[in-house]
Amino acid sequence: MSASKAAVERWTPESRIAIGAAAVVLVVLAIGPSIFSANAVDKLTTLFIYVILALMWNALVGFCGLVSIGQQAFFGLGAYAAIRLANSGVGVYPSLFLGALIVGALSWPLSIVMLRLKGGEFAIGMWVVAELAHLIVNLDTLVRGETGTSLIELDAYSSASRRALTYWCALAAMTGLLAIVFRLLRSPLGAAIQAIRDNDEAAESVGVRVVSAKRLVFTLAAFGAAMGGALWVATALTFQPKAYFSPLWTAYMIFMALVGGLGTFEGAILGAVIFFAIDTWFGAMGVWYLVGLGATALIFALLFPRGFWGWFEDRTSLRLLPIGYRLRLPSLNRATADRRPDT
Amino acid sequence: MIFINQVLQGVLLGGYYALIACGLSFMFGVMGVINLAHGSLAVVSAYALYVLADRFGVQPFIGLCVVAPLMALVGWALQRLVLERSARGGLLAPVLSTFGLSIILDNLLFQGFGADTRSLAPYIGDLSYDSWALTDQIAIGKLAALTMAVAIVLLGGVQIFLNRTLIGRAIRATAEDPDTVGLVGVNARRVNAVAAAIALATVAIAGAFLGMRATFDPYAGATQLIFAFEASVIGGAGSLWGTLAGGIVLGVAQSLGALVNPQGFFIAGHIAFFAVLFARLFLGRFGERVRIAVGGAIRT
Amino acid sequence: MTLLQVDRLEARHGQLKAVRGVSLTIESGETVALIGANGAGKTTLLRTIAGAHRIAAGRVAFKGEDISSRSPHARAALGLALVPEGRRLFARLTVEENLQLARSAGRTGAWTLEAVMDAFPNLKDRRRALAGTLSGGEQQATAIGRALMMNPELLLLDEVSLGLSPLVVDRLYARLEALKSSGVAMLLVEQDLNRAMATASRAICMLEGAVAIEGPTGSLSREQVTEAYFGLNKSPRAEAPSP
Repeated sequence: MSASKAAVERWTPESRIAIGAAAVVLVVLAIGPSIFSANAVDKLTTLFIYVILALMWNALVGFCGLVSIGQQAFFGLGAYAAIRLANSGVGVYPSLFLGALIVGALSWPLSIVMLRLKGGEFAIGMWVVAELAHLIVNLDTLVRGETGTSLIELDAYSSASRRALTYWCALAAMTGLLAIVFRLLRSPLGAAIQAIRDNDEAAESVGVRVVSAKRLVFTLAAFGAAMGGALWVATALTFQPKAYFSPLWTAYMIFMALVGGLGTFEGAILGAVIFFAIDTWFGAMGVWYLVGLGATALIFALLFPRGFWGWFEDRTSLRLLPIGYRLRLPSLNRATADRRPDT
Repeated sequence: MIFINQVLQGVLLGGYYALIACGLSFMFGVMGVINLAHGSLAVVSAYALYVLADRFGVQPFIGLCVVAPLMALVGWALQRLVLERSARGGLLAPVLSTFGLSIILDNLLFQGFGADTRSLAPYIGDLSYDSWALTDQIAIGKLAALTMAVAIVLLGGVQIFLNRTLIGRAIRATAEDPDTVGLVGVNARRVNAVAAAIALATVAIAGAFLGMRATFDPYAGATQLIFAFEASVIGGAGSLWGTLAGGIVLGVAQSLGALVNPQGFFIAGHIAFFAVLFARLFLGRFGERVRIAVGGAIRT
Repeated sequence: MTLLQVDRLEARHGQLKAVRGVSLTIESGETVALIGANGAGKTTLLRTIAGAHRIAAGRVAFKGEDISSRSPHARAALGLALVPEGRRLFARLTVEENLQLARSAGRTGAWTLEAVMDAFPNLKDRRRALAGTLSGGEQQATAIGRALMMNPELLLLDEVSLGLSPLVVDRLYARLEALKSSGVAMLLVEQDLNRAMATASRAICMLEGAVAIEGPTGSLSREQVTEAYFGLNKSPRAEAPSP
């Protein structure tokens, strides 16, 4: 055979295997409630929510360079919307999705104001949004101030079916969001987003519609966080505003994103898994656990900004997901010139 | 009359906000860094003063003579160990690392002092509640007046320092062009460390007044950070006198909001913040003129 | 005595080699012109010598000491002052503050605020003006004055005539002539060949990051300089970026 010419490819053997493996895992997870113990199902549901939160924060920060200390605004609002909708007669499980959609829709006009802020101002500005949202939710008599309320409509279900339904909702939401972000990254918009992350003026100069790309990611991240909040209230059953609007949620998201790998798809999943493990083992340690979280975030931000996955990617040229383009030159065995951005 | 009294209280409250916002605004103006641990550091100062007062009987104002220099050293260390490194890591690192730091500080305080709220008021005697009654319904608290006076002196002092001393000019030059500044013999690293030290000394002072005028608990830092941030932004981030103006606007909005509803205090403050932000972003020129009128024209 | 010694200096912009193996020396009190077309690497060379740009290879020695790893402010404290391209004044500081700032280098000498004012009388009225409001000529005077306030032994001047009218440039160069007699050595980058050759005793011409020709200004003919400047009679070099 004659020598092949240079080719641009997206899929590599590793990524085919990875996607295949992911599909298998998904099938196994889908039948989870019938094969896993009740405790395992609950734990997995929590893990799915963590993945959603990590993915959404990662998308906002890693792909758009927008650090927000206020994503708990949407987390809390998503839970609140679910409670309000269920209370007014909408089915409980549809409320979860509908609530998140409403919050997502509301975040679109919010982005018009907030995206004008830059850097640290945006970060704290979003925190102010969260505080304001918290205060406004508290005014609702249904919520009864900090005492909170609960998603009592769930009582209509047996605990077994409630567990399974919530699990499937969480799995569906997580899979859906993973698919959306994956699709986004592979699309021209995905390239735009990464270009924006590297240098927004330069991106704008080559025709990238910076503002609408950022707005899209902002809204998606809000929707995702709201979904997380709604699912959380479905598992936890109770809604105390103070707990849902706490900046601690952002602390968790930061931890997951930093440790897993900012700006990488796989990093979000890895970070969520690591956080889940740490939360399970050390969560009971109270404040020392939180000190540890803060210290880890600090150390990673200073020393290992690319997180575990970034470190892994730097050491190997393994790319599990077919995002980006690889140039295969005829004279070399391995593909070179990957288009992954650096953090 | 009650309305006027509330406005007056709001103005005086603005003095406190100017104090707490001074350090944040200074650091942002000079180093372009938003220190998310700012509020937590103020609370740390308050606790330090509390320990000195409670365990050693040192009156808070005297205690400040120890705590302020100590916090200045902390500022130096913060700049060298955390902020300098994170500035090299891009725009995200300073925000993420200082947020991590704030979590560490808050929870260590909780570990050390528990959830109880504390206050420095018992240690300053009558000052915490004495006031001058102007009329039946209008009174000026002595502590509030002192806070405002200290704020003005501090802001003025920092302004003079920046304008008249060699190192102050070096700080301003470094803020403007950190790359060229080395070429004229200025050690940018040392300048930034000094700026951080000054910023944290002001944080210590703010922490003292926080403890004296109100109660505090290990997690009070977040609220202080948000108020400081709002005051800075309303006044025009990076401008010292603007910070005073911003603090006053915030204080007045909050005090008026409190008339409506207990939560109105906080809600009105946040709404005022967004209103000013909105005005500045969208009304463009008009917003600029409002800001200049309010005092943001004198930039550091 | 040899004030500045540059040995096979290399400096990069990313992967592009801007300065490729440049060696030169400057004696005390000498005035040397550094000429070359845009992009030849003159500004990068000056910035590398002053410490504002990283050295990729080679070394810089000042008064016998290797200063290759010293920070810019340390070099300034030793007596090496750069007047950067584009002036780079601190616009929000006044003229006086810009000048006073140079005291940070910690060097005393003949150049005081009054001496600088005397040398550049057009600044006398503008002492309290914000540097950002100055005219081009005033800015250049302030930038040179700021460097002089460090009482340097070697003054690096990068394109001081850029953007200024001929009359103003005349005045500026008259000052530089006067400076020569004060004993400070100068390495000046200048686009205007005539001025450069008239002011300096020696000229170094750079092309594509390397020294193309050098020698006493008296002994270099126009043709030699023009050829070196534009790289005529040179085969085009295709060089792949270094890894």
